[in-house]
Amino acid sequence: MKKITVALAGNPNSGKTTIFNMLTGAHQHVGNYPGVTVEKKEGSFKYAGYEIAAVDLPGTYSLTAYSMEELVARTFIIDEQPDVVVDIVDASNIERNLYLATQLIEMDVPLVLAFNMSDIAKQRGLHFDIEQLSSLLEVKIVPTVGSKGKGKTELLNAIIETARQEKIERTHKVNYGEEIETELAKIEALLASEEPQLSKRYGSRWLAIKLLEQDSDITKKIHNKEILETVITSIEHLRTIFGDEPEIIIADRRYGFISGACEESIKSSVELRHTNSDIADRVILNRVLGLPIFLLLMYLVFKLTFWVGDPLMGWTENFFGWAADTVAGFWSAGSESWLKSLLVDGVIGGVGGVLVFLPNILLLFLAIAILEDSGYMARAAFIMDRIMHKIGLHGKSFIPMLIGFGCSIPAIMATRVLENRRNRLTTIMVIPLMSCGARLPIYALIIPAFFAPRWHGLMLWLIYMIGIALAIICAKLLRLTLFRGETTPFVMELPPYRIPTIKGTFIHMWERAWLYIKKAGTIILVISIILWAATSYPKLSEESLAGLGQEQVQEAELAHSVAGRVGRALEPVIRPLGFDWRIGTALIGALGAKEVFVAQMGIMYSLGEVDEESKALRAELQARYSPLVGFCIMLFCLISAPCIATLAICRRETNSWGWALFQFFGLTALAYMLTFIVYQIGSLIM
Amino acid sequence: MRNKPLRSLSTVRAGETVKLARINAGQGLKSRLTAMGLVPDVEITVVSNNHPGPLVISVKDSKMMLGRGMAHKIMVI
Repeated sequence: MKKITVALAGNPNSGKTTIFNMLTGAHQHVGNYPGVTVEKKEGSFKYAGYEIAAVDLPGTYSLTAYSMEELVARTFIIDEQPDVVVDIVDASNIERNLYLATQLIEMDVPLVLAFNMSDIAKQRGLHFDIEQLSSLLEVKIVPTVGSKGKGKTELLNAIIETARQEKIERTHKVNYGEEIETELAKIEALLASEEPQLSKRYGSRWLAIKLLEQDSDITKKIHNKEILETVITSIEHLRTIFGDEPEIIIADRRYGFISGACEESIKSSVELRHTNSDIADRVILNRVLGLPIFLLLMYLVFKLTFWVGDPLMGWTENFFGWAADTVAGFWSAGSESWLKSLLVDGVIGGVGGVLVFLPNILLLFLAIAILEDSGYMARAAFIMDRIMHKIGLHGKSFIPMLIGFGCSIPAIMATRVLENRRNRLTTIMVIPLMSCGARLPIYALIIPAFFAPRWHGLMLWLIYMIGIALAIICAKLLRLTLFRGETTPFVMELPPYRIPTIKGTFIHMWERAWLYIKKAGTIILVISIILWAATSYPKLSEESLAGLGQEQVQEAELAHSVAGRVGRALEPVIRPLGFDWRIGTALIGALGAKEVFVAQMGIMYSLGEVDEESKALRAELQARYSPLVGFCIMLFCLISAPCIATLAICRRETNSWGWALFQFFGLTALAYMLTFIVYQIGSLIM
Repeated sequence: MRNKPLRSLSTVRAGETVKLARINAGQGLKSRLTAMGLVPDVEITVVSNNHPGPLVISVKDSKMMLGRGMAHKIMVI
């Protein structure tokens, strides 16, 4: 079977992802481009006797060397030489979208244009003379509606035809005007004679244009002095003629070429001044109404997550309970097999403990995917910008922080939308302060144990609010100290509102949820086994346990184990926080995954299997600790060291152990300090 | 037309349509804005401009949000 590689290029919000989903379906693989944290999505499928591998390039407006995404897209096209590049064009916003197409044409790649969302374009009264436009641009153009799966066959046929075609010699090129063309010709001639290899690889015209645009990546590749000097003279010459950078003039000419082509082949029948999106924006972006609408939507997101999620969570818990019983059933009752203990307490207990939150997390990610795909998320960033600006961040930072309420891992990955490194690092550092789903069982255990029912809601609200308030303060402090610098001015497109497709929304949700599941299957599995060993070994001798009841045996064994010993060793340090060695031991468990704290407390009090609903454990806690200690446990768990998985992802995304460890120890120190203050002052008052 | 004084985009009121004259910014930012359609002489309609906070503008069939700091650097007629 013949193989074809297809790269999908396009502007952000052009519906590139829906086309990618339409082509590949669920057979997708998400990874990274080598050496950078830019997401690379791949998928493959078969059509008409061809095996087609599709690569989703990052969404870009252009192909300059200024942004990582653009450079990645460009490098991929040059180095991997895909058989066909499909440029997804938003047909309702044709001129801006064709800007990228002109650059792909300049790179002389085998190109197909997908005029996506052609239905919306039609509604807006745009009529395309596809044939004429196609001959003007010398590319195949296929109208598509990605969200409805329209145009799939036509697009696939165009891809295959283009892949089989001989390379065409283009006759219509963007004409940059006499002055620029003269300089281009000079540079091209020099390139062809002095740098023949580079010219062959990139095309001498493209290289010459990039050099005039002062593209840093390409300029670096040229070592010939004569060429570099000619380029500098040319740039200076053009600057004096135009009074502006050649780069801007070049861009202007490209737009000119586009409007020329469009003028001849696109007719607008109705002059639609106000689209539905404009009308919706009048309300949603309204100065007075914007914030209340935003708060209402956020409230609905959390309502959906917890009200619908809780019964589902019960089912998942039952499932893992059943799994544990089934596995335990392979051994005779009362058997002390270490393998049984490893599988039931270590593997199922540990991994199950994390996966129990899967329904909540799926629902939160579903809600976020709907908000993103409908176009609201960009508006939320607009509304939040004024507030986020006060703490030195962008409105855009708000999206990862929202995801942080589900799980820090996809949240930290979502910070990739932030272009500025200082902004991105600040956001990453404070994300663990957004109370993630794994911390909820700790609150659910502690709050009912120490506080009267009418305070439950308020306590939970308070603990979430403390997290948010601390995130704001820390972000502000970081921006004033370590990540000092101007808030970079920013620009972000507000895409038209769209009804999200079911398929697209679910794929979007699943991508994030998968990261969470993967964490459960890898890091948490390993940590669970280590913690299981630390809480089970070394064993006590048979004699020393003689005469003790089964539960007392467990307690004695735990105290004797590595974890118990570390807990005891830590006691003098955590005493000022109101914690004893039992809490200390459970906190060590919480490093693996926060929710492990609950299970460890259960073991500590010889209660065997417990969950956050355990009445016996709550009674035990109530008898031993004051409500103040209860509150301090929650406070410490909220702020202290993020889980190991977060540490690992932070190191990967920041590309530095330094930042990951800074976050890990910084937050732990902050937790210690605050809990110390609260406990000491609280003890004086109470 | 060149006689009309230049002013910053951040001072343009909502509902007004202006023409881009130049962008006083570094290469990277300029190129980014250019790619998004902000080329000389393009028509910009200000959709929303509430102080403080970002602006919403409409350029070539697309709407975008622009930080106030950036709007200061865009000179229009």
